[in-house]
Amino acid sequence: MLVEDIMKRDVITVAPTDSIRLALLKVHQYRIRHIPVVEDGKLVGIISDRDVRDACPSIISAPHDDDDQIMNTAVSTIMRKDVITAHPLDFVEEAALALYDNRIGSLPVVTDRDELMGILTETDILYTLVELMGVHYPSSHIEVEVDDQIGILADVSNIFKEASCSVTSVLVFPGKHLGKKNLVFRVQTINPRHVTDKIEEAGYHVVWPRKLEELS
Amino acid sequence: MKRKTAFIHSNDYLNYNFNDDHPFNQKRIAMTIDLLRMMNLLEDSDLVAPRMAEDEELALIHDRQYIEVVKEAGHAEQTPALAASFGIGTEDCPAFVNMHEATALAVGGTLRAAELVMAGEYQHAVNLAGGLHHGFRGRASGFCIYNDCSVAIAYLRQKYDARVLYIDTDAHHGDGVQWAFYDDPNVLTLSFHETGKYLFPGTGNITERGDGQGYGFSVNVPLDAFTEDDSWLEAYYAVLPTVARGFKPDIIVTQNGCDAHTFDPLTHLSTTMRIYQEVPRLARDLADELCDGRLIATGGGGYDIWRVVPRAWSLLWAELSGQDVPQDTRIPQTWIDKYQAESPVQLAPTMFDPEGIFPDIPRRPEITTKNKNTVEKALLYCPKG
Ligand SMILES: [Zn+2]
Repeated sequence: MLVEDIMKRDVITVAPTDSIRLALLKVHQYRIRHIPVVEDGKLVGIISDRDVRDACPSIISAPHDDDDQIMNTAVSTIMRKDVITAHPLDFVEEAALALYDNRIGSLPVVTDRDELMGILTETDILYTLVELMGVHYPSSHIEVEVDDQIGILADVSNIFKEASCSVTSVLVFPGKHLGKKNLVFRVQTINPRHVTDKIEEAGYHVVWPRKLEELS
Repeated sequence: MKRKTAFIHSNDYLNYNFNDDHPFNQKRIAMTIDLLRMMNLLEDSDLVAPRMAEDEELALIHDRQYIEVVKEAGHAEQTPALAASFGIGTEDCPAFVNMHEATALAVGGTLRAAELVMAGEYQHAVNLAGGLHHGFRGRASGFCIYNDCSVAIAYLRQKYDARVLYIDTDAHHGDGVQWAFYDDPNVLTLSFHETGKYLFPGTGNITERGDGQGYGFSVNVPLDAFTEDDSWLEAYYAVLPTVARGFKPDIIVTQNGCDAHTFDPLTHLSTTMRIYQEVPRLARDLADELCDGRLIATGGGGYDIWRVVPRAWSLLWAELSGQDVPQDTRIPQTWIDKYQAESPVQLAPTMFDPEGIFPDIPRRPEITTKNKNTVEKALLYCPKG
């Protein structure tokens, strides 16, 4: 899945010459946390709601003579110029890693020539993850603990095939126990028993659905 | 005093039959009727025949193309290739002969219930073949083809402009009904179910509260796996009266799936027969208090058809028809003799589950606390009275 598949295309932007007042208005009106700064269609910087608020006069202290002057200052004076961006053809997982590593909330998406094409936020990534995990689709959750060996995913998947049980999504992650992996299948059935019975018959450990005796 | 309550039934309800090995088995309705008759709780004069739902009525909720596919699948030699993309021909919802006719009759039963109650001919009406709450606009899901609850609610909205409170106590989230009225402030859907973390359909989170005008009019109470009676009922009594009094419905529609019982093979809740007396009792009291008693009860899930469903649905009928079933009531021996030979399990000798027959729940205090928190959050944005 590519960044261009999930990015937002209608981006709220400001020009470098726009005032901080305008940026503040847009932050409130559109309830956004980041505004790319664009000049002639090209990304030149970014400002966050925090940058804008930090620059604004305090609402607690008494008004100062220069308050108005600050609000009229150009955005270019406070914007960050070293913007971390994504490319429309990047993989979604690369973009997610960039957000995570840099502890930021959004990535403007730009072409090789710095033209702004869209924006990708943590929320977009999270939503995509929900879709990828198949949670939005009526389904049951089956979790199996297996040995961390080549081919086991295929073997277990085959059991679903034989039970003609349609799989919406598969997740593989390191298990709680050494040398184990957990496989999570979301399957399109209200009755996962017929397949979990077969998985157990084949000698695998079904972690979920769990039985009462295994709860303590 | 006996209340005027209709028991909507036809022997054709048993034609809603996927195949002999399928967990959804309407034999449970025949078993319930037998039990009620042998206990002298049901008379011939209580019975009312259902009618077929018209295509126009089904189309209040369902896509025309989907209705056509269901018709075709029920009359074809082989399941049409197109059917799979409508959820038909799967393990859960295999095609069966006359599937349209069988399901349209179940929907028509709930429509009949709506008509009788709105016309004032009956105070309550029970349609055990209904409660098919997983049916979607254009898709069969979770053993449900058409969604009788959604169709009946849409019908109540269109024909009577009624404000409808929908109460779903099936162990699975009532997703089909919730999504059908997600943005409608005149229909409040309230579902008590096992958390969708592991259980089908996976939805029914507290945060699903409705959309736009309908925000606050979808209420979800997802309970932890292995929740037992006390905690289940605590949630039910904490949420339902508050929401019902805040919403002030013109009519109440209930879905009475009984798969939250500890014996149910498809779910992981740990309740006993006790809740199946309390659930309709409170719903009925609230209907009396808020909407002249107008109440329609449908069936739903329930996959231990031997030990759970006949008892649970008999209690439902007894409560709604104003007949008390005392705690120490025994199941008539004639009924046990009739069904024991077929049953793979020992049939229950009493109407209620005696205390101490089920194992203690590990981590019970933890589950109770978690459910209390869930109740608090579920009530945050809904109407309250
Ligand atoms: Zn159910």
